[in-house]
Amino acid sequence: MLDTASLILALPELVLTAAGLILLMIAAYAGDTSAKMIGWLGVVALGVAAWALCPAWTQGGDAFGGLYRGDAFGAFAKGLIYLAAAVCILIAPRFFEAGGANGARAIRAEYPILILFACVGMGMMVSAGDMLTLYVGLELNSLAAYVLASFMRQDGRSAEAGLKYFVLGALASGILLYGISLLYGFTGSTSYAGIAAAMADGLSHGETFGLVFVLAGLAFKISAVPFHMWTPDVYEGAPTPVTAFFASAPKVAAMGLTVRVAMEAMGSAASSWQQIVVFVALASILFGAVAAIGQTNIKRLLAYSSINNVGFALIGLAAGTAEGVAAVMSYLAIYVVMTIGSFLCVLQMRDSQGNPVEDIASLAGLSQSRKGLAAAFAIFMFSLAGIPPLMGFWAKFLVFDAAVAAGMTGLAAFGIAMSVVGAFYYLKIIKTVYFDEPAAEYAPAGSRMESALIAVSAALIVLGYLFNPLLDTMSAAAAAALH
Amino acid sequence: MIQVFAFYLFAVLMIAAGALTIFARNPVHSVLWLIVAFFNAAGLMVLVGAEFIAMLLVIVYVGAVAVLFLFVVMMLNIDFAELRAGFVSYLPFGVLIALGLLAEILLGLGVWKAGPLQLAQRAAPTPADVPNIKAIGQVLYTDYIFLFEAAGIILLVAMIGAIVLTHRARTGVKAQNIDKQNRRRPQDAVVNVNQPVGQGVEL
Repeated sequence: MLDTASLILALPELVLTAAGLILLMIAAYAGDTSAKMIGWLGVVALGVAAWALCPAWTQGGDAFGGLYRGDAFGAFAKGLIYLAAAVCILIAPRFFEAGGANGARAIRAEYPILILFACVGMGMMVSAGDMLTLYVGLELNSLAAYVLASFMRQDGRSAEAGLKYFVLGALASGILLYGISLLYGFTGSTSYAGIAAAMADGLSHGETFGLVFVLAGLAFKISAVPFHMWTPDVYEGAPTPVTAFFASAPKVAAMGLTVRVAMEAMGSAASSWQQIVVFVALASILFGAVAAIGQTNIKRLLAYSSINNVGFALIGLAAGTAEGVAAVMSYLAIYVVMTIGSFLCVLQMRDSQGNPVEDIASLAGLSQSRKGLAAAFAIFMFSLAGIPPLMGFWAKFLVFDAAVAAGMTGLAAFGIAMSVVGAFYYLKIIKTVYFDEPAAEYAPAGSRMESALIAVSAALIVLGYLFNPLLDTMSAAAAAALH
Repeated sequence: MIQVFAFYLFAVLMIAAGALTIFARNPVHSVLWLIVAFFNAAGLMVLVGAEFIAMLLVIVYVGAVAVLFLFVVMMLNIDFAELRAGFVSYLPFGVLIALGLLAEILLGLGVWKAGPLQLAQRAAPTPADVPNIKAIGQVLYTDYIFLFEAAGIILLVAMIGAIVLTHRARTGVKAQNIDKQNRRRPQDAVVNVNQPVGQGVEL
């Protein structure tokens, strides 16, 4: 139902959709030469949309007859999503201008527009109050993501990444949709509230099946083990700015979606999904830590790192408490900064001709030629490994704390043990950067904006503790919005 | 009374048209009989009060699907002698499929005798006093307007994606430029040459 209150709550999505359509017209008439300007306008639109989150953050409520819920939880996740998307728009032109694998070719105007539409979909995902909104939002995001993955269509690896992502994503959508239809059939409702009410009187077999299939479909989207197999290939093949986007914004959206579905729609069946989430979390942590060890490509390594991180974030969800949810949100906030920072560093990896390189071996001896970049690499890797003075430690601490408070000491202990295993490959990169015989030198930095973004993310990771009270208040407010 | 008459009329015509669809020797006639069957099915749908499905049948099946069939059939070069060639060798397989279908029909009849399905927890019960076109419109364009619009955006993204991934600016094509054509004056295009006899033309 269309009323003013609903429209105000859904204002971020409306702003982004309108901006996307207008920019599409500009792109149609001005062509690819206007791509940079469209990118900046897209960033402005993301800023306006972030401002439009205020009504949802301060009061919140249901919109469109319960299809959509604007609340602090959604606003928090959307803030992160818009931030990550804006960075991924800004860093793109320089990468595409360098030509990627073959041939110089400037960025195309559709790149920022597709990211804006993906953001609309992600906003719907985290604000869904109904399985239908969830699915439509997910498809909107996924469809834009498939195109972005194969954006460099002349590059074989990029095309392969897009195709793989598309086929496996369609499979995941099918699994998810099957689960949703089972839930609808056995509970008689697609709304989270209706499903929760129907599950409150004990879980029937059909509902259990529906729950398992829905969680399996969502695990696919957050690339959690055992549904992670697409991640390394897609992350490696996609253009680096797109990979940075995949590793940050959709991850936040899918995690937010999973948390909301688990806590709101299936909250009354918590004991049933907790065992699934615990297993998925453990498997992701273990696999992400072990499989990354043998990687030689930095993007593949970061893909396994993201699988690993999703596992840690899921520990907070496994706790099933408000503190757990708050921990997940804080984790995601810190994870987004770390991941974006790492990919910004990867973007700096260019050989003397300016072509992007992705070999970890080419990082050898970086500390002698590019001291700043080497330090940034060290900060992000130490943070991802969870070494104490950096924010990555605080994120892990929060989720383990929530798990212990919920009586899951074993899970927390396993997570801590595995983070030591994971630390190995992060430290290996630092060792390559600082202690190996220098390899061929990289091209100089060349972009003030990228250097500034790296500096800001690194500063956030190092000095993030100053913002801890703010972060804690915001995640607690986000978690309190779920009921 | 008139309803009963109409029902039998539509039903008999539909079965007859269905039979003729199968038995007609000319595939074009088959398709035409299929269209007749669709029309009669639409009539039956009107009789049971499902006017929306009736309209869909006419618009989608008659208007689009059947006409498409017709084009396909007309474009095929069908050799009937060849079609009948493998009849005996495929007979056992055909009988097997026929038996399967027969079993399904019998099962369906049995289930139908056992009474209708009890959908106890229907989220959207059939509205009693609203015509179903209005009911569908109500659900699609009022209750779920947000998702309807979002689905439109999905289609737009799919379209952008298809263009981004496949469009390329081709070089060496001779596109018509109407403005340029209109601006051309006779003196730019026509030359008067006093051509001597016995010599080639130089352009």
